[in-house]
Amino acid sequence: MKRMGMVFRAKANKALDRAEDPRETLDYSYQKQLELLQKVRRGVADVATSRKRLELQMNQLQQQSDKLQGQAQKALEMNREDLAREALTRRSGLHEQQTGLQQQHAALQAEEEKLTTASQRLQAKVESFRTRKESLKATYTAAEAQTKIGEAFSGISEEMSDVGLAVQRAEDKTASMQARAGAIDELIASGALEDVSGTTPQDDIALELDRMSSGSEVEGELAAMKAQLSGSGTPKEISGEAVGAEAPTETPEQKPEGEQS
Amino acid sequence: MIIRIMGEGQWTFDDTGVERLNELDAKVESAVDSGDDATFAAALSELLDAVRAEGTPVPAEELVDSDLILPPSDSTIDDVQHLLADDGLIPG
Repeated sequence: MKRMGMVFRAKANKALDRAEDPRETLDYSYQKQLELLQKVRRGVADVATSRKRLELQMNQLQQQSDKLQGQAQKALEMNREDLAREALTRRSGLHEQQTGLQQQHAALQAEEEKLTTASQRLQAKVESFRTRKESLKATYTAAEAQTKIGEAFSGISEEMSDVGLAVQRAEDKTASMQARAGAIDELIASGALEDVSGTTPQDDIALELDRMSSGSEVEGELAAMKAQLSGSGTPKEISGEAVGAEAPTETPEQKPEGEQS
Repeated sequence: MIIRIMGEGQWTFDDTGVERLNELDAKVESAVDSGDDATFAAALSELLDAVRAEGTPVPAEELVDSDLILPPSDSTIDDVQHLLADDGLIPG
């Protein structure tokens, strides 16, 4: 690290030597400082964007998990332990993803805080440098130029190399997280973790549950029709029965609709 | 003496404060030698905690070079190994 700081300072000194008027290097460095400040701020924004994307995915996974839980419950009520097991198995697969996302989220949040502080610190230092630079330019004499201007750089080069490195690290971290986030988006899109937005076709568990619901619905209607046909002699009594038989069969069909929306 | 923790900022220390840090620095150094990441992480965070707790923060607007620079808190042994001088992170 000491070496890195020295490399950076050596570069600053080289720029100093090259300039015709050493005062120009002060302006040049100040320009670089402002650029770095912009870069850090962009870094903060990038990390925040990644964090928000993770939050979105965490929500999606949670909805998916809740839905599978509901499906398992429903399947069990219909005595389909195999379906319930399948739903719960998928749910536990989701749980692993969720834990991973939570850890990444915490890491990104820490990164965001660090960069925000770094950006505030750099801003204060850049402002100090500007003041120092202006006063040096005002009182500049050729005789004291090299040393005075060299001194003006103390602290700021080190800060810049540190902040520059911090931004680099943050960018590396976000890049690797974005790759993983992309993989999860693909998983959700592919149906392995079925999309809860309802735009994609229903998953097989939901289809099976629906088939069973509509099956019993059909049976119910059939039974009602048969009863009507056979008892046509006493319509008043039968119609009352038919209404009563229809009501309970409707409920299981409506439930899944409500859960999926 | 001015100490920078990379990514966090700078702190000022007097000589007695630095002595105490040297003990913690020795721990970090032996942890690096041991190659055990958990031991290293614990030793480094102990050293950094001491810097944060016992040093006086350098105001953000102050422009001053550090006498020594410590690696960021989430460093691995690999990160740090090549930064280490023979004397450890803290010279002397």
